[in-house]
Amino acid sequence: MAHKNIKVALIGNPNTGKTSVFNHLTGLHQQVGNYPGITVEKKIGLCKLTNNAKAIILDLPGTYSLNASSIDENVVIELLMNKKDENYPDVVVVVSEVENLKRNLLLFTQIKDLEIPTILVINMSDRMKLKGIELDIPFLEKELQTKIALISSRKNIGIEKIKELILNYKSLSTEPCLNASSIDPEYFDKLRKAFPNQLVYKLWLVITQDVNFLNLDRNEMKSSFTKSHADLKRLQQKETIKRYQFINDTLKLGQKIDHSKASDIRAKLDRVLTHKVFGYLIFFVILFAIFQSIFDWSSIPMDFIDSSFANLASYAKTNLPAGEFTNLISEGIIPGIGGILIFIPQIAFLFLFISVLEESGYMSRVVFLMDKIMRRFGLSGKSIVPLISGTACAIPAIMGARNIENWKERLITILVTPFITCSARLPVYAILIALIIPQKRIFGFLSLQGLTLMVLYLLGFGVAIFSAYILNKILKISSKSYFVVEMPSYKIPLFKNVAINILEKTKAFVFGAGKIILAISIILWFLGSHGPQSTFGNAEKIIAQKTEINATNRDNLVSEYKLEHSYIGILGKSIEPAIKPLGYDWKIGIAVVSSFAAREVFVGTLATIYSVGSHSDEEETIKEQMKNEVREDGTKTFNFATGVSLLLFYAFAMQCVSTLAIVKKETNSWKWPIIQLVFMSGFAYVTALLAYQFLK
Amino acid sequence: MQTTIAQLKIGQKGIISDFNIDEIPLKLLEMGCLPGNSVELIQIAPFGCPLYYIVNDSHVAIRLETAKEITVVIDSKI
Repeated sequence: MAHKNIKVALIGNPNTGKTSVFNHLTGLHQQVGNYPGITVEKKIGLCKLTNNAKAIILDLPGTYSLNASSIDENVVIELLMNKKDENYPDVVVVVSEVENLKRNLLLFTQIKDLEIPTILVINMSDRMKLKGIELDIPFLEKELQTKIALISSRKNIGIEKIKELILNYKSLSTEPCLNASSIDPEYFDKLRKAFPNQLVYKLWLVITQDVNFLNLDRNEMKSSFTKSHADLKRLQQKETIKRYQFINDTLKLGQKIDHSKASDIRAKLDRVLTHKVFGYLIFFVILFAIFQSIFDWSSIPMDFIDSSFANLASYAKTNLPAGEFTNLISEGIIPGIGGILIFIPQIAFLFLFISVLEESGYMSRVVFLMDKIMRRFGLSGKSIVPLISGTACAIPAIMGARNIENWKERLITILVTPFITCSARLPVYAILIALIIPQKRIFGFLSLQGLTLMVLYLLGFGVAIFSAYILNKILKISSKSYFVVEMPSYKIPLFKNVAINILEKTKAFVFGAGKIILAISIILWFLGSHGPQSTFGNAEKIIAQKTEINATNRDNLVSEYKLEHSYIGILGKSIEPAIKPLGYDWKIGIAVVSSFAAREVFVGTLATIYSVGSHSDEEETIKEQMKNEVREDGTKTFNFATGVSLLLFYAFAMQCVSTLAIVKKETNSWKWPIIQLVFMSGFAYVTALLAYQFLK
Repeated sequence: MQTTIAQLKIGQKGIISDFNIDEIPLKLLEMGCLPGNSVELIQIAPFGCPLYYIVNDSHVAIRLETAKEITVVIDSKI
């Protein structure tokens, strides 16, 4: 029997454990997407309430109030204002937590004013004893006109109670808990009379926010009810005070806090973790440990994936019937997929560390420590979060810049983040370093290869900071610099949250980037194994005419000749003049050009080109193929000068279509991504050119 | 004694008396930075900014220029 699913919106302040509640309610039945037209993450999950009742749960971005200051927060308001939205909730679940109940209730009273059935979840009940907090739940339910679920998402207590309340949402009161319009009765009376069919609070939100909804002509509304910006803000202040008065009066009777029992571990820990010496020391030790472990731990699974795919390709080649189709599989698709999957270990480790840093509450302390320093470069302390998560991928990092209030600081952060060494550069770096840097250790323990990698990371970071400094001088944008950062209480990260986060991010990467890589691999294979009839089609004859009959050698020459005269060879040869001064031959050139879709394509492209051009039956790993590649004069293709030139090119060039797309979305203009593309790639070309000419 | 919260010493408490609303983000008000509420300075970042306060039970960091816009009455008893 088809029941109508109950639509639930999960709303709450940041750091209340809202995501944990969402994960508990929905488990792995989650879908992550985007809201149409914007890049705000949209998480929807299915929750089984009883055997024949289900709820569709929408996890909305965390917000402190219904006064939006970012597009993430706007999403919340737009949804709650638009009854016609397909996700408009039947019931809202407001997630709060015991320690910050007072502040959490501000948002709750605003939502109650919208007259939607609302459940209040009070999370972290396990900390009540520690903090000396007691709550009179029946009293609070009466005063707040709601039903309350006192839960602990950490201890998995009370989740069933939430489900039960959702199931019975129809019995919830829709009365507001206070009369906010008393802050200016005359004004609100006029509003009410002008729009008798609308809720006054909704109208008030329309006036104070920059959002469009209700099909009301905002200009008409604004003209008849206009107030100066300063007046509006004064009224908003009055409204906030009014709400806090109500909340304080309610909590005075409904909440008892024994301050003698309360131990403020947070303040004590913060005195150390944000200390002017120890704070930085701890931060750098953490960063160093993270990078070291990423490279040490992920090299084993990466080598395994690399060699497995080489084996798989040779297995396919020998065991499938010979022909076009088998070639496509063994030379196009298998190396292509291998080039995607090889990233998984590093991406998973990076996201593991980043989500642990964020979940534990430590990231806010880093923001606090770095703000003043970052401001000298035109950035904000909050830029440190995008810059760190940029080591995983620039795309979520650029989206993470959203909570930087100051537009100039946010724009600069967005523009320089792609310089940070992202995980897509890693395989390129890894393979090139392995080719040109000897496997030596200095002082007996520091690996020279690892050190080179570290230098490349520092280089990326240094250039990012330097460009920020320049941009700060050039850009003439003045915007008010507001900076408010909450220092959440420290928490041990929940395994479930971290695991789900890693899974989601890795999945998004594999399927997002994977599609591009696979498509390019197939196209490259096709272009590499087909060519004009006059040269490519007659390869055997032409070679036979040129050389004496020598079976093995002739096979080599034929496959090389074919590759050179294939479509891709023709294309590569035509761009060779531009890249020769950088020390690249046409094959590397093809890899560099195809990398402009996504950097990680580099390894896969070379793998495809070399396996198409390969004559032997034995499938080598990509690294071996690159090592064995020689120039016309017999010297190694990947010598030191070419390797350094390539490393620098990949460190600086803007080779990621997805990043450009996200920058376009976030800055709402093509101007910035185009500037990024031209400036970064030009800079890359020049440094690579200088490096090669100097070193060769 | 009346001063701004930027002048508090680490560990010192006071009661917010007033602020310049045009220079204060609404978000800060919503976190409970309102006249009559208590405020305590917890930590100052290196180079004197930002400053980390507990206000209205919220742990929050703001920049020096914002802190200078909030006046406070220091309770000598605390």
